[in-house]
Amino acid sequence: MSDPIIKFDKVVKRFGDHVVLDELDFEVQRGEKVTIIGPSGSGKSTVLRILMTLEKINGGVVYVGDQPLWHQWRREELVPASEQHLRQMRNQLGMVFQQFNLFPHMTVLRNLTEAPIQVLGVSKAEARQRAMELLEMVGLTDQAAKYPHQLSGGQQQRVGIARALAMRPKIMLFDEPTSALDPELVGEVLNVIRTLADEHDLTMLLVTHEMHFARQVSDRICFFDKGRIKEQGTPEEIFTAPKEERTQAFLKAVLDPDD
Amino acid sequence: MFFGIEWDTSSQWAFAVSIFPILLHGLVVTLEATVVGFFIALILGLVLAALKSAPTRIVRWPAKLLTEFIRDTPLLIQLFFLFYVLPEFGITLPAFLTGALALGVQYSAYTSEVYRAGLEAVAKGQREAARALNLAPGRTFTHIILPQAIPRIIPALGNYLVSIMKDVPVLSVVTVLEMLGVARIIGDRTGGYLIPLSMVGALYLVMTIIASFGVRYLDTHLPKRGLSLK
Repeated sequence: MSDPIIKFDKVVKRFGDHVVLDELDFEVQRGEKVTIIGPSGSGKSTVLRILMTLEKINGGVVYVGDQPLWHQWRREELVPASEQHLRQMRNQLGMVFQQFNLFPHMTVLRNLTEAPIQVLGVSKAEARQRAMELLEMVGLTDQAAKYPHQLSGGQQQRVGIARALAMRPKIMLFDEPTSALDPELVGEVLNVIRTLADEHDLTMLLVTHEMHFARQVSDRICFFDKGRIKEQGTPEEIFTAPKEERTQAFLKAVLDPDD
Repeated sequence: MFFGIEWDTSSQWAFAVSIFPILLHGLVVTLEATVVGFFIALILGLVLAALKSAPTRIVRWPAKLLTEFIRDTPLLIQLFFLFYVLPEFGITLPAFLTGALALGVQYSAYTSEVYRAGLEAVAKGQREAARALNLAPGRTFTHIILPQAIPRIIPALGNYLVSIMKDVPVLSVVTVLEMLGVARIIGDRTGGYLIPLSMVGALYLVMTIIASFGVRYLDTHLPKRGLSLK
């Protein structure tokens, strides 16, 4: 059954003369866990940033649910989306950033309650309760009153994940969530993401260089190259028998960097 | 006699002691003008900074033009305009208010640049995180960006506070009786300028030193709460 919650229809993204996404067609099913891999500059993060409405598109249409994201319907015609439409659409998505981007002047708890109170109109007590549940899930209940700089990178990123979840998104976007971490802290963050991957309803889109992890949690792996999907398939297919030469070369380079 | 206080010209020392309370009257006016002017500069500067970083050009350009205009014309001309030209259009403000306003407007051009630099120094990721969480632009500005920008810009704003204080004597040309104007009048009436003017200089020195210490104290004692200040 095909029930795409995300659909890229010939999406073009350019930065100046540089084409980042080249008429990209891409779908993610409801509840699916998809990992995007590929060389840097292949447009992986751009896909997430477009979905989070941090980057505009230059062509094509992106759908989230059954609605266009960067457009809206007006008299049977697609016109550029208003800020109001974007605000409405954005609530379905949550994003975890490479650099965490926690609010440094707010406590961990406040980081988690600010948006639910301000945006969703949740009561303070309810937001706080939900925040504590999320902190429990990421194993940080005792850090609620601290400020981000008092935490380790791994703890900060776990707060980042909890903060995104506090908005109850249907789709979680992870933009290289462990790339800025010291190696010994990567595991604790991946464990949290792994827990999330067990949630049946949550759609997850992950950009990462952690290949073993991607293999464990993903339903599907997409190999991006030059703004397009060069090859995609189940983790087994991609990691054990990649068909494309580019995929083989990339995987060889990242999995056996010493050769 | 001035402000109902007599001066004693029997000796230089007695003269200095007798005019000190008169100068303090002027000092109070100087401080008032500084505070009111600085307050206007803080508020107006923030408004200008917000307008200058607005997404639409129609908002951005007039604000930039205004800032440029204010910065590139002398304070005295702006002061004369407010004091002499505005009444021609039926707007007459008290001399003190005119002076404080002129100071505030002049310095808002500088503070707006300070704000702008401070706002731009807040990491781009902060805006992105706020956007991803769907916080409204106004809320993002007041609760995410501004609190991170302000601790960084306090030293620069403090320097302008001292500058404003040093510019207050300009107001004497529109009849505001601030400290230097008072000293000059004492000199006019007694024929002795050396002592009152020296005292004003000394008082200014004391005030600026206190202000500088105050700013430094604020800078080191304001809760930074994990902001990296470079």
